[in-house]
Amino acid sequence: MTIPVQDLLAILPELVVIGTACLILVLDPILAASKKDLLAWLTLAALAVCLGLTSSQMTGRIFVFSDLVVIDAYASFWKLLLYIVTGLTVLLSLAYLKAERLNIGEYYGFILLSLAGMMVMVSGADLLTIYLGTELMSLSLYVMAGLKRTDARSLEASAKYFVLGAFSSGILLYGISLLFGLAGSTRLSVIADAIATQGTGHPLLSLALVLLAVGFGFKLAVVPFHMWTPDVYQGAPTSVTAFMAVASKAASFGAFLRVFVEGLGGVSADWSILFTVICLATLALGNLVAIVQTNIKRMLAYSSIAHAGYALIGVVVAGRQGGATASTGLASVLLYIAVYSFMTLGAFALVGMLRKEGQESETIEEYAGLAKREPLAAFFMLVFLVSLAGIPPTAGFIGKFYIFMAAVNGGMAWLAVVAVIFAAISAFYYLRIVMVMYMREPDGSTQSQSRLETSPALSFVLACALAGVVLLGLFPDSLWSLATHAAPLLK
Amino acid sequence: MNHTTTFPWLSLIVFLPLIGAILCLLVKVESARWLALGFTVADFLCSLPLWWLFDSSTPEMQFVERVAWITSPPVHYSLGLDGISFPLLLLTTLLMPFCILVSWTSVTARVQTFMAVLLIMETAMLGVFVALDFVLFYVFWEAMLIPMYLLIGVWGGPNRLYAAIKFFLYTLAGSLLLLVAILALYFHGGQTFDILALSRGTYGASLQMWLFLAFFAAFAVKVPMFPFHTWLPDAHVEAPTAGSVILASVLLKMGAYGFLRFTLPMLPDATVTFTKPMIALSVLAIIYGAYMALAQTDIKKLIAYSSVSHMGFVTLGIFVLNVQGIEGAVMQMVNHGITTGGLFLCVGILYERTHSRNIQDNTGLAAPMPRYALFLMIFALSSLGLPGTNSFVGEFLVLAGTFLWSKIATALAALGVILAAAYILWLMQRVVFGSPSPAHRAHLLDLNARETATLLPLVVLVFVIGIFPNPLLIRMHASVTHLLEGPKTPVLAGETRPLARAEPVPTAAVAASLSHPSTQQAPTR
Repeated sequence: MTIPVQDLLAILPELVVIGTACLILVLDPILAASKKDLLAWLTLAALAVCLGLTSSQMTGRIFVFSDLVVIDAYASFWKLLLYIVTGLTVLLSLAYLKAERLNIGEYYGFILLSLAGMMVMVSGADLLTIYLGTELMSLSLYVMAGLKRTDARSLEASAKYFVLGAFSSGILLYGISLLFGLAGSTRLSVIADAIATQGTGHPLLSLALVLLAVGFGFKLAVVPFHMWTPDVYQGAPTSVTAFMAVASKAASFGAFLRVFVEGLGGVSADWSILFTVICLATLALGNLVAIVQTNIKRMLAYSSIAHAGYALIGVVVAGRQGGATASTGLASVLLYIAVYSFMTLGAFALVGMLRKEGQESETIEEYAGLAKREPLAAFFMLVFLVSLAGIPPTAGFIGKFYIFMAAVNGGMAWLAVVAVIFAAISAFYYLRIVMVMYMREPDGSTQSQSRLETSPALSFVLACALAGVVLLGLFPDSLWSLATHAAPLLK
Repeated sequence: MNHTTTFPWLSLIVFLPLIGAILCLLVKVESARWLALGFTVADFLCSLPLWWLFDSSTPEMQFVERVAWITSPPVHYSLGLDGISFPLLLLTTLLMPFCILVSWTSVTARVQTFMAVLLIMETAMLGVFVALDFVLFYVFWEAMLIPMYLLIGVWGGPNRLYAAIKFFLYTLAGSLLLLVAILALYFHGGQTFDILALSRGTYGASLQMWLFLAFFAAFAVKVPMFPFHTWLPDAHVEAPTAGSVILASVLLKMGAYGFLRFTLPMLPDATVTFTKPMIALSVLAIIYGAYMALAQTDIKKLIAYSSVSHMGFVTLGIFVLNVQGIEGAVMQMVNHGITTGGLFLCVGILYERTHSRNIQDNTGLAAPMPRYALFLMIFALSSLGLPGTNSFVGEFLVLAGTFLWSKIATALAALGVILAAAYILWLMQRVVFGSPSPAHRAHLLDLNARETATLLPLVVLVFVIGIFPNPLLIRMHASVTHLLEGPKTPVLAGETRPLARAEPVPTAAVAASLSHPSTQQAPTR
């Protein structure tokens, strides 16, 4: 079998990422321990190359590898976001791994492999391609979650993530196999045609739909498939948590939207009801349970669950409406996830680097009086939290603005009202952290107190995240035009 | 909209404090104080020329600026000023220097941040009053929450955490519903967020009902109207003096401003439908606030409840839907800002000396602090609406407007004025003329130069507005008349010629006091 050159050229970014990953795995044993930083810079260089390559793929729509892979602006949107997020994670890891004394070179290799999986997911035009991408992403993440080998919680996170992840992959695969039985193919376009010609009445179709929803539900961490999230987010090394909360969620949304809109668009009336229920449950549980958390990583985990709920509003709108309204709904999801990435990454970066005697300060209590000790760090955290709560003039507001607008436009103002009520509730737990940082003094002055371990890399990450949150809040035009350019390609 | 001036006055006024805020964070404590004072005074001086540049003969927006901000959906950075927002803009820029001055020595912790937060607040508040785009308005409206939250929570009293979060959640929940309403208006009002264009549109009856309720949720919490007022006493009591002044003088006005700018012009039918419950709530707030004020032992809390009562007059004036009522409401907003602001400044000055806000701990101040007692007395008398002081003008106009609507409502609202006299005079009797409490007598110094400078301008304004309200009324008259062409009131059939209706008011007012709040002499078209 020969592979056409243009096919290889089309997936050049993926090849670069995988090639660099392999190179890192080879270089790791050769390099002296003091020079492991080189691997991080190599990773960043590869990402920079990919950024350039993918930027040139923003127009047109090409199917390669006998229609298994599609390269279009939609895929490129997610890939660009993933590069930025991965790059920031790598920089964060540079600081974080040192602080945690985790000198593991293959860490960067795993990040890149995981990224390659994500890129395949968002570019997949065939359920099996998407499945393979999901697996590559997840397997790398299972390993990364357990990298703190001496820490029982990290191992627990890894094991839990693996078991539940494997389980959900099985369900996903089962759904795929049913669809294959119905349509005779796993290709999304063929499935769409089959649904259009055979009608939507087949009971197995509904079953397949539910199974796919469950499988993706695990990856997106929406209620009731969210159980693993708090434990894994809490136990995993914080840089990995940030990567999971942001990149893995973004890629899962990318693949999820493509499968349901492009492949299963014919039964959107069914799945929009399903996702309305999931959306409401996610909003309610995510926001309510976040209130009672005392560990900031767990709180952010529930917050990330809740945010998936807001994004689902756009999906529901896209499912219920056709044409331009659906496209705006999808575009609002794209925008929301992009915005969410910056603020969540920023928050996790701070959480990872606020340390006391070499340990991460994970309990909210340890943030008491932070505004006095570390005014700048507290201010950054304030901005990220305010943005997560969706208060202008931050990007979080813009994200919610477009989502609610899509909901009202799609005739679902009631859903916007419900979401708004939960947004008000969410402000309570975000502001509680602000309160602890700004308005409380640490109890017991004898204890040493947590401080930010700064480094140039961390400063850069925080500056980027802050810039993203503030600039996208003030000037959302360019991101919105990217999203509206990408979203109509699904259909 | 041909009143566009080339110089961006409004942008300058709105964003000047923000520049000051950034600079405050970069300098030392003492310079931060001077810098903040300098910027607030400069901002006031910038807004002063508008008094003469403002064309009071037209209801149209003036000093308009309009730049595209977000292309899809079309959101504009558009600012403008009319007769309703103009007094509130001036009030805000006027009061901010006093907020800085009163915090000069009372705030010692994190001074730079404090000053920066105050200045950010000023930018957001001014933005709310001049925004002509609904999204821009919302951004300013919400952006104010975080600075206010920090102001109460960081520099507030012992129970500040509770008060801060209560304030925040109450106002946020209301505002978020407003956001949904704004989006609904966008789709039903021809896909625009332009406030003027939306005001010209007509909307279906049931849509208006829903939108009215959503607007109400946001604005009624902010005013606050009974029964959404419970955050106010907590926030007032716990906030630092500057925070209380801002809350009472400016923040509460935003809710009333929201009713005037959005509810009345955009939802005229729903406004008419809801007139009765709105007036009932207003009258209830007037009496309940006054009644609660009678029972307070904490001076700040007493003033907070009196605010609920006074803001009841504002909403009453708005919803009787006639020229006297609304002009009275705007007057009352300005007057309440000056008078209650002054009262809170007085309490702050006192607290700095005695460290107590209890009436019992602060009795008999006339002897040790004669100058202070004089100022306090003037503000107090203004607060109860003594003729010759500013509040009389506003309350009188509101009552005159209410009289045209319902005699019973007028009688009940007037009861609030009587109760106000009761709680204020009783307070004065104890605080100013009571037997001095021994605990504090030793170190009670009278006002120093800075404090006198803080209070004196407001005292002057109390009398100036009380005796010559006309310059202010003239400037709002055209806009108010224009506003009333929207809601068609079934009660007031003669709505199209409101001036004819207004005739009895000026005569009565002139007879009753030196003031002549003449709506008649206003040079309209």
